[in-house]
Amino acid sequence: MKIYFARFIELVGGDPQADRAVPPTGFTARLTLFTAGAMAFLAVFALALSLATGRLADRWASELARTSTLRISAPDDQVDAQVRAALQVLETTPGVAAARALTPDEQRALLAPWFGPDLPVEDLPIPQLVEIIEDADGYDPTGLRARLQAEVPGAVLDDHTRWREPMIAAAGRLRSLGWIALILIAASTAAMITLAAQAALAANAQVIRVMRLVGARDIYIARAFVRRFTLRALAGAAIGTTTGLFAVWLLPSADVAGGFLTGLGYQGLHWFLPLFIPPLAALVAFFATRAAALRTLREQS
Amino acid sequence: MIDLDNVAYSYGGAELFSQVKLNLAAGSFHFLTGPSGAGKTTLLKLCYGELQATGGQVRLFGEDAATMDRDAVAMARRRIGVVHQDCQFLDHLPLTENIALPLTVSGREAEAEANLDDLMGWVGLRAQARQLPPQLSGGERQRAALARAVIMSPDVIIADEPTGNVDWEMSQRLLKLLIELNKMGKTVLIATHDMNLIRAAKSQVTTRVLRLKDRRLMQAGVEL
Ligand SMILES: Nc1ncnc2c1ncn2[C@@H]1O[C@H](COP(=O)(O)OP(=O)(O)O)[C@@H](O)[C@H]1O
Ligand SMILES: [Mg+2]
Repeated sequence: MKIYFARFIELVGGDPQADRAVPPTGFTARLTLFTAGAMAFLAVFALALSLATGRLADRWASELARTSTLRISAPDDQVDAQVRAALQVLETTPGVAAARALTPDEQRALLAPWFGPDLPVEDLPIPQLVEIIEDADGYDPTGLRARLQAEVPGAVLDDHTRWREPMIAAAGRLRSLGWIALILIAASTAAMITLAAQAALAANAQVIRVMRLVGARDIYIARAFVRRFTLRALAGAAIGTTTGLFAVWLLPSADVAGGFLTGLGYQGLHWFLPLFIPPLAALVAFFATRAAALRTLREQS
Repeated sequence: MIDLDNVAYSYGGAELFSQVKLNLAAGSFHFLTGPSGAGKTTLLKLCYGELQATGGQVRLFGEDAATMDRDAVAMARRRIGVVHQDCQFLDHLPLTENIALPLTVSGREAEAEANLDDLMGWVGLRAQARQLPPQLSGGERQRAALARAVIMSPDVIIADEPTGNVDWEMSQRLLKLLIELNKMGKTVLIATHDMNLIRAAKSQVTTRVLRLKDRRLMQAGVEL
């Protein structure tokens, strides 16, 4: 790896003489530039998708994971006793960090969106809610349910997992799709640049023959091609990334749609991540061209 | 420098020659002659590692050519200056850059500055320095090829029909250049079917003349 890195650095200094020995090849240059540009543009969006779904999943997970709710429905005269019993059970449950009964005001606030602010909570047969806050390890909901059933007959445990898990799974899946898209983009870039490099090598078979005859080593000839394709990929990807970022920046903000929807854009420091796309494209081009060149040179005798 | 030990070569199935023994000692001057199609060019290609013998052993500077890797072959070629029969140039580069190419590809382009002008004068091509190879005459190309062959100051110079495209006077000049190089201690091997050239050389330098005929390499007879 170290030696590749040294070679990569060497490219920047380069050997202009070797570049001159290989005549410019028009259409492969344009093909590389265009491919790198288009792929970088797509990569900007794939990266945005990954980051946005990652944010989404984290948000859902952290907002919902730590809390669950116990609903206690019992005849008026038994409610207090059952709440006390439930709190006792919860106190001795491993994985529960804290548990407390909501005050009437809090219960009213929760119901306000549905019934308005003036709901006389005290007079209605609505269940008493107990908020459970988990510690980092979480508790075992099945075990807790069994104990509650025995000791607090009116309690129903709602641990949110029912609807939390599929949403987090969906967000995770989306994030993986984003990464897969990035990998596919890198692979297609490598494939296209390999083809372009092979075309350039084939077009220059005679030039390569002459260079071999006067004592050029394969790596020297390869470098002339590698340098060229790497720089082209870097330039193309820089253009594509800039365009892609501009397009993302122009996207309407989706935050107004609600807390769960965070737009496809970049946030904060994440705006700097796409800056890695052009160097990565150059790296892909470097290895793709290098492999293609050394292989072709061996085959060309 | 270069040894051929019982070497055979065949393109596909057809054997071109076999049982070839040749030892190019340092400072020696050899001619290789024989009818057209006898395999002179092929034999030279074995000597600079462009082809691999199909039988026997070729040793380049003591190393078995069959087991050399591609880098080793490249390194050996830096010690062998070759004037190809068809003068291989890079047509998009001016003559000076073509002549300096062996230095360039071996990372010694700094030396080109010092030698190039002398060399261009030596082969009489100063006026053509900026021209592209396709713009040159056959004789000029052959002199340019010779200049490129010697710019690395190689141990061995191999020339394939170096006087094929030029008139008598020019061929004498080219021969003089090669003899000069031999006197400087370079090993020279020239393939030619020009008997006059060989005779002219014999009067100036000790040479051995080899003849490739009927699939064998022989010491040429006394008819010369
Ligand atoms: N690449 C090749 N493939 C098949 N046959 C070849 C090839 N190169 C040369 N030959 C044949 O080998 C024979 C010798 O060629 P060459 O070495 O050029 O002879 P010379 O230089 O003595 O004229 C010729 O008959 C030629 O047709
Ligand atoms: Mg020939």
